[in-house]
Amino acid sequence: MKNDKHPHISSYNQHITVLLVLLILTFITVAVSGLHFSTFSVGVALIIASVKGATVLTYFMHLKYESLFLKLIVAGVFLVYALVIVLTFTDYLLR
Amino acid sequence: MSSTEKYTHESYLEHKGKYKGLLGWLTSTDHKKIGLMYMYAITVFFLVAALLGLMMRIEKIAPGPTIMDAQTYNGVFTIHGVIMIFIVVIPGLAAVFGNLFLPILIGAKDVAFPKLNLFSWYLFMTGAILGLFSQFVGGDPPDTGWTFYVPYSAESSTNVIWALSAAFILGFASILTGLNFIVTIHRMRAPGMTWFKMPLFPWSLYATAWIQVLATPIVGITLLMVIAERVLNIGFFDPALGGDPVLFQHLFWIYSHPAVYIMILPAMGVVTEIFPTFSQKPVFGYGAIAISSIAIAVVGYFVWGHHMFTSGISYWSRWFFSFLTFIVAVPSAIKVFNWLSTMYGGKISLKPPLLYAISLIFLFLIGGFTGLTLGALATNIHTHDTAFVVAHFHYIIFGGMGFAFFAGIHYWFPKMYGRMYSFRWANIAWGFLFLGFNVLYFPLFIIGLQGMPRRYFDYLPQYQTGHVISTIGAFILIIGIFMMISNLIYARKKGALAGPNPWKGVTLEWKIPSPPPLENFDEIPVITHQPYFFGDTNDED
Repeated sequence: MKNDKHPHISSYNQHITVLLVLLILTFITVAVSGLHFSTFSVGVALIIASVKGATVLTYFMHLKYESLFLKLIVAGVFLVYALVIVLTFTDYLLR
Repeated sequence: MSSTEKYTHESYLEHKGKYKGLLGWLTSTDHKKIGLMYMYAITVFFLVAALLGLMMRIEKIAPGPTIMDAQTYNGVFTIHGVIMIFIVVIPGLAAVFGNLFLPILIGAKDVAFPKLNLFSWYLFMTGAILGLFSQFVGGDPPDTGWTFYVPYSAESSTNVIWALSAAFILGFASILTGLNFIVTIHRMRAPGMTWFKMPLFPWSLYATAWIQVLATPIVGITLLMVIAERVLNIGFFDPALGGDPVLFQHLFWIYSHPAVYIMILPAMGVVTEIFPTFSQKPVFGYGAIAISSIAIAVVGYFVWGHHMFTSGISYWSRWFFSFLTFIVAVPSAIKVFNWLSTMYGGKISLKPPLLYAISLIFLFLIGGFTGLTLGALATNIHTHDTAFVVAHFHYIIFGGMGFAFFAGIHYWFPKMYGRMYSFRWANIAWGFLFLGFNVLYFPLFIIGLQGMPRRYFDYLPQYQTGHVISTIGAFILIIGIFMMISNLIYARKKGALAGPNPWKGVTLEWKIPSPPPLENFDEIPVITHQPYFFGDTNDED
């Protein structure tokens, strides 16, 4: 129904900035793995990975140019996965 | 009309593309031809798995070995489950009727990504053939059951890796189909077709597609983790290597319970199209049915733990998952209520599609209520892993998805091929199917309650009566299946011309010729009213 197309050209500067942010977060992931957070180590790694994923979605996949409806759907997807992970690991914590 | 007549327009069936014959089919990106290719493939696999099921029933007609040994029995129930679940019921309705009718129902010429659609079919066939290879290559056929539970699946010397790889590839096909449908529904609805002017089968496909996209990757990765544990000795699930077998069950059911909704939501969508047409009145509670599809998809995503009540999960997890299991019954009940209310006061025409659709309500209710028995913590302890579970999920899966498929094929057959089948033979076949189904599966509830375990090759003599009755039912059911298929094959060749709208339906597929032309519509329709609008004499929903 909604076939109107609006091309969005991102600048090189923006792409390079996002790339640097992703690289920094990758280094942080590696560094954090050396710190022992015990049961929360998986959670910390997942939070960093989620930030990286959200960055890719927002800039590289142009989610920032989409409608609020689509943004909410993507947020819903994150929420579903978060709930799945929380429910699974809560079972481990409560056993 | 006589069978010698021929429709005058060029339909998608006659359209000549770049290539002719079989190659023309194998390279066609037309959604309808891809839907038919799925249907033919799935039908063949269904018949193979049904015959394997019959063999299992014959084996159990008496205690002890009858026609096969114990290890063969383990292999047979595994491949029966793998084929039925991963190749037939999960892709079944969405891939066949979704491909055939989603674009038409929303007023589009094709799906959003036609080439990706064809690629999905190739992935599906690759996975399906790989699954068959697992029976014949190298070692023995897999014997883990379709659930691939660790630690056994990580240790079994049979061809487990082949079956895991097959399920992994089939999952990819499912994800891509789901993605295609989501984009198609978002972007390609006809002008004027707002979300709440969209027919309810596309609504159900939309909810299904989200589950396909969100849940399938989890099982894909899980199956790869089992392969990694077997091949590389990485400890994901083996306690000796630092893993946890219950984690496998969590990950497996995070997908495999929503997979039940992947198959039942389109089934509900199919019969939701049928009830208004054969009652000649608008569907009752359009909005409630549409939203209940989404509610089932969302809540159904969070009930996986009810498969694990006896697996050692925490007390609070059991409580939580049991509670949600009861909640998911609410939107399902809303649909049943609305289907019955749609028929109430309507001009009911008891043609074969409606007969199958009404059967679905009956069978689905039995499956649903017995599901509550399994969802309650106390009764689950007694019935877990018994024949009661086998009966329950066959009532849901076969009674739900299977009978919806039969309803759908009888409903849309005249549109797909432009020809009509014999009502008399369709009704007789329905009688065999309905009788055979209940004679086959209902005794399993009883012997299950008495303690008959599932997946057992042998049993105590006290269960024999139930098994004998069940085996008789299997034969009746198989006769019905072949009778139904023969009737449809005959009609495909010799049936009378059906015309564009034999059922007086009002959704878009009934406003184009039968069979549809290549791109469905000469002009994309403009939608001005609700999808189930039966004219000025009836109230618009």
